[in-house]
Amino acid sequence: MTAPVLSVRNLVTEFDTRAGTLRAVNNVSFDVQPGEVLGIVGESGSGKTITGFSIMQLLDQPGKVKSGEILLNGKDLNKEDSRELRKLRGDRIAMIFQDPMMTLNPVLRIDTQMIETIQAHRNVSKAEARQIAEDALAQVGIPSPAERLKTYPHEMSGGMRQRVVIAIALMLEPDLIIADEPTTALDVTIQSQILYEMQRLLSDRNMGLIWITHDLTVVAGLAHKVAVMYAGRIVEYGSVNELLDAPAHPYTRGLIDSIPSNASHGKRLTQIPGMTPSLLNLGDGCPFRPRCSKATDACAVDPDEHTLSEGHWVRCHNPVLEAKG
Amino acid sequence: MLAYLIRRLGQSFLVMAVMATIVFFGLYMVGNPIDLLINPEDDLAAQEEAIRRLGLDQPVYIQFLQFLKGVATGNLGVSFVHNTPALELILSRLPATLELAFFAMLFAVLIGIPLGMFAGLYPKSPGSRIIMGGSIIGFSTPNFWQGLMLIMLFAVFWRVLPSGGRGETTELFGVPVSFLTLDGLKHLILPALNLAIFKISLVIRLSRAGTAEVSLQDYVKYARARGLSEKRVVGVHILKNILIPVVTVLGLELGNVIAFAVVTETVFAWPGIGKLLIDSIGLLDRPVVVAYMMLTVFMFVMINFFVDMAYSMLDPRIRIKAGKA
Amino acid sequence: MSTIPVESPFKRFAEDFFSSPTAVIAGFGVLVIACLAIFAGPISPQNPYDLAEINIMDGSLPPGSVGFDGFYYLLGTDEQGRDMLSAMIYGLRISLSVSLIAVGSAVFIGMSLGMLAAWAGGRIESLIMRAVDIQLSFPTLLVALLLLAILGKGVDKVIIALVLVQWAYFARTVRAAALVEIRKDYVMAARCLALHPMRILFGHVMPNCLPPIIVIATVQVANAIAIEASLSFLGVGVPITEPSLGLLISNGFGYLLSGRYWISFYPGVMLLVTLVCINVVGDHIREILNPRTKK
Repeated sequence: MTAPVLSVRNLVTEFDTRAGTLRAVNNVSFDVQPGEVLGIVGESGSGKTITGFSIMQLLDQPGKVKSGEILLNGKDLNKEDSRELRKLRGDRIAMIFQDPMMTLNPVLRIDTQMIETIQAHRNVSKAEARQIAEDALAQVGIPSPAERLKTYPHEMSGGMRQRVVIAIALMLEPDLIIADEPTTALDVTIQSQILYEMQRLLSDRNMGLIWITHDLTVVAGLAHKVAVMYAGRIVEYGSVNELLDAPAHPYTRGLIDSIPSNASHGKRLTQIPGMTPSLLNLGDGCPFRPRCSKATDACAVDPDEHTLSEGHWVRCHNPVLEAKG
Repeated sequence: MLAYLIRRLGQSFLVMAVMATIVFFGLYMVGNPIDLLINPEDDLAAQEEAIRRLGLDQPVYIQFLQFLKGVATGNLGVSFVHNTPALELILSRLPATLELAFFAMLFAVLIGIPLGMFAGLYPKSPGSRIIMGGSIIGFSTPNFWQGLMLIMLFAVFWRVLPSGGRGETTELFGVPVSFLTLDGLKHLILPALNLAIFKISLVIRLSRAGTAEVSLQDYVKYARARGLSEKRVVGVHILKNILIPVVTVLGLELGNVIAFAVVTETVFAWPGIGKLLIDSIGLLDRPVVVAYMMLTVFMFVMINFFVDMAYSMLDPRIRIKAGKA
Repeated sequence: MSTIPVESPFKRFAEDFFSSPTAVIAGFGVLVIACLAIFAGPISPQNPYDLAEINIMDGSLPPGSVGFDGFYYLLGTDEQGRDMLSAMIYGLRISLSVSLIAVGSAVFIGMSLGMLAAWAGGRIESLIMRAVDIQLSFPTLLVALLLLAILGKGVDKVIIALVLVQWAYFARTVRAAALVEIRKDYVMAARCLALHPMRILFGHVMPNCLPPIIVIATVQVANAIAIEASLSFLGVGVPITEPSLGLLISNGFGYLLSGRYWISFYPGVMLLVTLVCINVVGDHIREILNPRTKK
């Protein structure tokens, strides 16, 4: 096995609010190998987006990484100063945001935003940078990239803008890309186009990708490994096949069962009862307990990781062990 | 676009006509310029000769018709006091006022935007509190008293700057200006600052609110995620977005600057059109007052027009709409 | 007449208001200023208009001087030997009453025209709103200045000029608020009851337009004080026999260059404090009444 591109160890991220301290990411650990796609799946508020921004060291106030290690090629990002971080961001580690309508600066042309990114990291002339930008746009399937470069973001459709953002992410050949629900804000048809494009672009590159989403079906087609997050922690981790075929955590199972196509026709759609708990008053024990059909007295104590097979573990006292029928 | 322009120009013309009429008749009813302008110790023949020369022997409507005829031919009457054409008199004083207004605007932008952005970026720092407190005081203090205090401090107590007048002027493209000589510059600083204080406070408020709002936008976070320097994020990505409201409001305030120049010019004995207006009101020099009115209304029309232009140049989204309409 | 009980919103308003120490201090300042103006007679050490009390021998004394006949001048005297403190308190009274009367009249006229525009619609509305647009496109100070150039000096003339430059703000605001209110069901209901339009407008619609009017009126009082002061400074405002704060400052201007700063300085400080207090209170009321900034 080669060394992982990214290795997150015991990451804890907290928000000190007036109402109290909110632990948005709680003791999260995972690795991303070169060329590997890790899907992070969870509901809103599960801490998946905060995990992404913690890695980028771009948390909004009052968010703060409290402890843990974020090793990018062995370098702990928590210990780097802002100058070093600036050099890494956009170059070695790129990010794709959720809403392409909001991501690009509305008053700057596409070429300005692409060229400034290149020139922030590479010592190239403006003409060379423009050429890199043009090639990058062509790669993500944008027709007549030279003209597109001269337009403003609002002159493009949402799908087109997200392609631009993907192009910017790939442009400098980073070691790791963090994509935060990049297709959620798009139409379903555009969504599948973008997914297809991502698959195609990743196949000949050796970069790691973290794909954050609430949609298990997206992960199914794209990811190699999946981490399911709930209330700030990873509750199940495994290869995409094992996790989808034999989900061990009741929550993972609930997520899979909630996908409408999984229910046979005419049957009621399944749902997970209750709501994501407030992170402010998480008591002791398994946070999923109030919503869990398999909860027992044992669940009042925080569960540890149980390894089910090589590379597949679950944080549950009563994992579902039979394969999905 | 064109139809809109023509309609607005027509409207402005109507406003000009109404204003001129009101002022003309108003001045006629209130005071009798004969009392002020003719030496009562002259013999009767000399007095009548003077009245005839000034056209004051005609009935009101004849005087008004003559005035209208004059307006159409660009002749706004002859100053009773200076015995020169009123428009010529005003135009000869206009450069001084424009120079003052230009530097006041320059101060407002150069001082107001950085301070406002600082307060928007670091809202809790003590510096921001001082800036915001200062801007409330700048907003609340009447212009003329600020001017008096500037004179008191800089001219009376510290004796570093002159208290009034325009100082030495040099010709720039045939127009006398102060700022090219050291003496003229010294005379310019206090009045320009006086005229600027209110605008600075306004720009601080606008830039602070804009910066606070824009900083939260995804595109700013994204700019950081691309590894751009803080200088570029603040100086380009944030600044360009807050410039739109600031320039709009400042442009609309240009008219106010011309209005408040009346006060500043009176305080600092700055020989511009504002001081001329006050002197003319005191002397019941009707043609000059009317000509001043006509000129300011005309200037306002032009200012509004140019603000629209500047606005559409800064915001590409507006430009597209205008192009389609 | 309001459908909501009057007590609870007011109570909430008061609670919100007292939650900000700055606003409480400013509110207290406004109260003190109002008392100074109302009780100017008993409070001032001297009646600045009574020539018998003024001693010309005490002219231009610096602050803290003792006069010819033992009178203590805390803030000095002007060139005629008038006690500055007393002149300021009386000046404050004139400044405040001029602007309060002006804003009150402007509120009345603006509200009536604004509601008329909202209610009548059509030609009347576009005529009123066009007048508002034209009015607002010119700087208030300049319009007031030119009006006074026409009307001449005098307290009444200043008030007329202030009303003429301020009514448009209220008309615009009231129209916008009234248009929203008129479309609401309760007005429909009142119309169905065939209530007299005046009763619907003033009894039902008007109370609901008040919050924005209160905010603007507060700010406009400060504005009116500042404009009046500027006009008086320029020599087209109140006459010398009834000096407002602005005229006091103007009178002291000539002595400033010879170092007798107090004749201009202290009236200016009082003007500044007055304006800052009113503006801070106005800002805070706006924050409380604005549903967008509410938590």
